[in-house]
Amino acid sequence: MIRFDNVSKTYPKQTRPALRDVSLEIEKGEFVFLVGSSGSGKSTFLRLLLREERASHGQVHVLGKDLARLSNWKVPHMRRQLGTVFQDFRLLPNKTVGENVAFALEVIGKPRGTIRKTVPEVLDLVGLGGKEDRMPGELSGGEQQRVAIARAFVNRPMLLIADEPTGNLDPQTSVGIMKLLDRINRTGTTVVMATHDQQIVDQMRKRVIELEKGRLVRDQSRGVYGYQH
Amino acid sequence: MRAQFVLSEIGVGLRRNLTMTFAVIVSVALSLALFGGSLLMRDQVETMKGYWYDKVNVAIFFCNKGDAETDPKCTKGAVTTDQKDAIHADLKDMPSVESVIHESSDEAYKHYKEQFGDSPLVNSLTPDQMQESFRIKLKDPEKYQLIKSAFDGRDGVQAVEDQRKTVDNLFELLNGMNYAALAVMALMLIVAMMLIVNTVRVSAFSRRRETGIMRLVGASSFYIQMPFIMEAAFAGLLGAGVACVMLVVGRYFLIDHGLALADKLQLIQFVGWDQLIAKLPLVLAIGLLMPALAAFFALRKYLKV
Repeated sequence: MIRFDNVSKTYPKQTRPALRDVSLEIEKGEFVFLVGSSGSGKSTFLRLLLREERASHGQVHVLGKDLARLSNWKVPHMRRQLGTVFQDFRLLPNKTVGENVAFALEVIGKPRGTIRKTVPEVLDLVGLGGKEDRMPGELSGGEQQRVAIARAFVNRPMLLIADEPTGNLDPQTSVGIMKLLDRINRTGTTVVMATHDQQIVDQMRKRVIELEKGRLVRDQSRGVYGYQH
Repeated sequence: MRAQFVLSEIGVGLRRNLTMTFAVIVSVALSLALFGGSLLMRDQVETMKGYWYDKVNVAIFFCNKGDAETDPKCTKGAVTTDQKDAIHADLKDMPSVESVIHESSDEAYKHYKEQFGDSPLVNSLTPDQMQESFRIKLKDPEKYQLIKSAFDGRDGVQAVEDQRKTVDNLFELLNGMNYAALAVMALMLIVAMMLIVNTVRVSAFSRRRETGIMRLVGASSFYIQMPFIMEAAFAGLLGAGVACVMLVVGRYFLIDHGLALADKLQLIQFVGWDQLIAKLPLVLAIGLLMPALAAFFALRKYLKV
């Protein structure tokens, strides 16, 4: 599903690499936490997965494709097989919940009939059935994140990438979001989630990958957030 | 791609940048009106050059029957075949003459009609009122005086004319105006393009949230860029439409009505409506394509895909 071979990434005009010689493999259907302090390289790791950036050295394989060899015009097609969720939800404030989810289908040219059928289904799945016509501003943070997850999942992606999805939410709401992500994971979707939330990582007991100053320092199945620092 | 979705995006984008859109439309309209105007001016010069302008340098006009009474040079009556033959032979002997063409009065009538069309002046003429002439091409156009001194005043010759001298001043003026129009057009076009680049930048910035999400969910770059390019193309097309109206109205008021040059300067055959209308598709195409291209290149810089 995902393979990093000796991947390094140095941003232009910077001497210190953001990622240094990282090698790892993530299998289909896994649930992986990506932890590490700010500036440890988590975001760079995710950006490489999305091919927002290219690796300076080494190879990144996602969904069986070598991203370095993927030509620019094929990138959108690759991204259709990924779902992404962010800390700040990234919803369109002037569109309703339903339209926000439908937007993801419209812009990749899905027929109207498919959209009308799948949008309510996926909203039901994330627990927002019947809230199609509400505006994002009327919803709580947890509900907004559910909309974002619905949008990420509406294409039934093979891989869901979540960048601190609970970063803006209170602990109780976060648990709800994690249950939802776990459910999505059980449908066979691989989930890679960057987080700072110690409680969640410790509770879920999933595989934990820890980065520190761009290096892979820990890769532990059924791990916890971290050793005491 | 869903047309309705794209169209609504264009509408939203144009309304958001209403002032900028307006500026784009006006500058495109002005530059394209100047462009169309200069094209027409070139046509006008071509029309006025007439049949012989590019082919010969000097014309020797012969007296015809009518001239015998009115022109002091033709008191001896219409030119005779012998006189013509003699002149032709003399011309052949001159080393600076490259070629001589004989234009009969019938041919002269035909060429005149081609140039001036159906003006009342032409309709009052008959072929035998037209002058016979020798049209002479010189190896060196500057040697015109040589011909003039040799043949002016000979029996049967009414006049020796340097074809170019008579109209060159006018053409130079028209050409000068043409270049000025083209220069202003180029300037306006640059202004228009810069406005479009800026509009696209503002537009891309105000929609970065949408485009960011489009990118994330895997919309193709074509799909993401299309609304911006269509916006620019649409504004450009509106500007081109205004330019077309300006050209049509301009011709109407300059030539047909208002200034009514067609009535005041009956000797000049003005460019026709058909020539004007033939230019409009080109003006519209440029109005559509130039802004679209400008937007496309601006997007490469301001919209990461």
